[in-house]
Amino acid sequence: MITQPAVIELQGIGRRFGTDPPLDALVGVDLVVQRGEWLAIAGPSGSGKSTLLNILGLLDIQTAGSYRFNGIDVAGLRDQQRAGLRSRAIGFVFQAFHLIAHRSVLENVMLSDVYRKYPRRERKERALSALTQVGLSRRADYLPTRLSGGERQRAAIARATMGSPRVLLCDEPTGNLDSGTTASILDVFAELNRSGLTIVTITHEADVAQRASRKLRIVDGRIEDPQ
Amino acid sequence: MSLLDTALRGLRGHPRSSIQERRPQDTGDLITPSGMLAADLANETLAGLFARPGRMSLTVLGTVIGLAALVATLGLSRTAGNRIVGHFDELAATQVVISRSPTASADASALPWDAPERLARLNGVVAAGNMSTVNVGNRLVQAASPDLFSAVRAQLRSGRLLDEGNSQRADRVAVLGPSAAQKLGISGVEQLPAIRIGDDLYLVVGILDGVARQPGLLGAVIIPEGTAKRDFGLTSPELVVMETRIGAAKLISQQAALALRPDSPRGLKVAAPTEPQRARDRVQSDLSLLFLMLGGVSLLVGAIGIANVTLVSVIERTGEIGLRRALGATRRHIAVQFLLESAAMGFIGGVIGASIGTLVVVAVAGYQSWTPVLDPLVPFAAPLLGGLVGLISGSYPALRAAGMEPVDALRTGT
Repeated sequence: MITQPAVIELQGIGRRFGTDPPLDALVGVDLVVQRGEWLAIAGPSGSGKSTLLNILGLLDIQTAGSYRFNGIDVAGLRDQQRAGLRSRAIGFVFQAFHLIAHRSVLENVMLSDVYRKYPRRERKERALSALTQVGLSRRADYLPTRLSGGERQRAAIARATMGSPRVLLCDEPTGNLDSGTTASILDVFAELNRSGLTIVTITHEADVAQRASRKLRIVDGRIEDPQ
Repeated sequence: MSLLDTALRGLRGHPRSSIQERRPQDTGDLITPSGMLAADLANETLAGLFARPGRMSLTVLGTVIGLAALVATLGLSRTAGNRIVGHFDELAATQVVISRSPTASADASALPWDAPERLARLNGVVAAGNMSTVNVGNRLVQAASPDLFSAVRAQLRSGRLLDEGNSQRADRVAVLGPSAAQKLGISGVEQLPAIRIGDDLYLVVGILDGVARQPGLLGAVIIPEGTAKRDFGLTSPELVVMETRIGAAKLISQQAALALRPDSPRGLKVAAPTEPQRARDRVQSDLSLLFLMLGGVSLLVGAIGIANVTLVSVIERTGEIGLRRALGATRRHIAVQFLLESAAMGFIGGVIGASIGTLVVVAVAGYQSWTPVLDPLVPFAAPLLGGLVGLISGSYPALRAAGMEPVDALRTGT
């Protein structure tokens, strides 16, 4: 039997900011995320959950411990390799959507391909396909400013999933949305998770965490097992 | 590898949709550094550039004005300079006349008979000929060496000109200027007309149609130099008339006296063309300098404008910068994108500025009925200069953008 490496494997991860006095945002975090999981990390603000997500997304570097992504020890990678890994294997969904206002939904989604040197041929088809998956294909030519909050987040999810990432990292994905829209976005995540996508969400909303297949709490930079 | 892939796919157990076929399958693929296709880089630059067309137009304006002023100034000074040279070159600028100095003694100021041969050896002399007034009552008789006719650009109406043999043999032959011929009632040389000068008959062998310089020849009877020497006791040539190549007159005038009378160059009077264009040139170059400085200052203001707007744009687009980093952009990708945007702004300014400048040159030249002259390099160099200005102004904002931490950029930007 061939065993697959876990998508994410953290061992004793710590992140210390500043030097005088140092602030420990994360202390001794151990975490394994298996392929196909939907993990929700909940916690109050200032608990270190954003820091954890930034480290998972290779946007930040831990000051202690080791991080293996798909079996790759990311500590040994150069900046360009980490950027390459981000572009090909990690999809981001942000609370603020981060859509470029003056470019159409379709162009925003296609931006996903720009830094991984994929050929431009068929890019449009793949972007449309990703938009269809989140139910937004009819809005492809709209500017993001004409979309509702839920539609903007769907466009951002399409951008994140277009490149078939190994993991989707979501930072308070429903933080700017009302409860009805939140439910529909969570349905999109559930659908993506069912088709095999690994998802890690951080949130401070209990109902969002409820939809995930596994829940963790983080308090003062330490993981608490709720069970 | 492919076998293993198939096995892995089977194990996964989740059907993947067709859009996910492109997924990199091994770790080597995953950690390949990120990169950009040239087409994508161009696309992102243009999209960023035209995101705010109104603001871009205003930003570019400074560069447009600066480069338009530079191109117009360079073009107009060339156009005006060309006009002045075009006015003078035909006659005055290529003529040097040497005569005896009125203050020197007769001996020290005598021109040598072989003056044309001596002067012909100077580089830049096209033709040189002797010309002397012969004293015979009130009739205007001129003695000429054979080369004089080409030095004054004489045109023949009929017959032939005087040659070297006529002079050596002291033949009694004559060529008439057009008004002299009219006055004497001679219209052609077919009837072998002869005129009387002093006591002797001279055969008219040619009639001139006109001369470009020394208009005194138009009403003169022209006889060979050798004949004047023998019959009228001419002791030395009175004038030497020279035609020079364009631009050589000044140098020739400095050398000629020494070539003719190395023993007493000061005994000769050299009439070189006055050069009024030098005075105008000075006026012109003062004006040009003013406009060039004006162009330079506008270019500087334009550069500061580009730097300013790009910096504002970097701060406005903090969120976008964070997003791009999350999508796999390295610091270099961010810097290159902003640098290209500002360089493109400068380049566009250069293209528009060069066009306006060229139109100004053509319009002014058209209004003054001058020929517009523009160094072909100028309109092509202007966009490059504009691009360089943009590149330099964009470098600080681009470094700021590249220096942003993605985490901070994503948090603060919208």
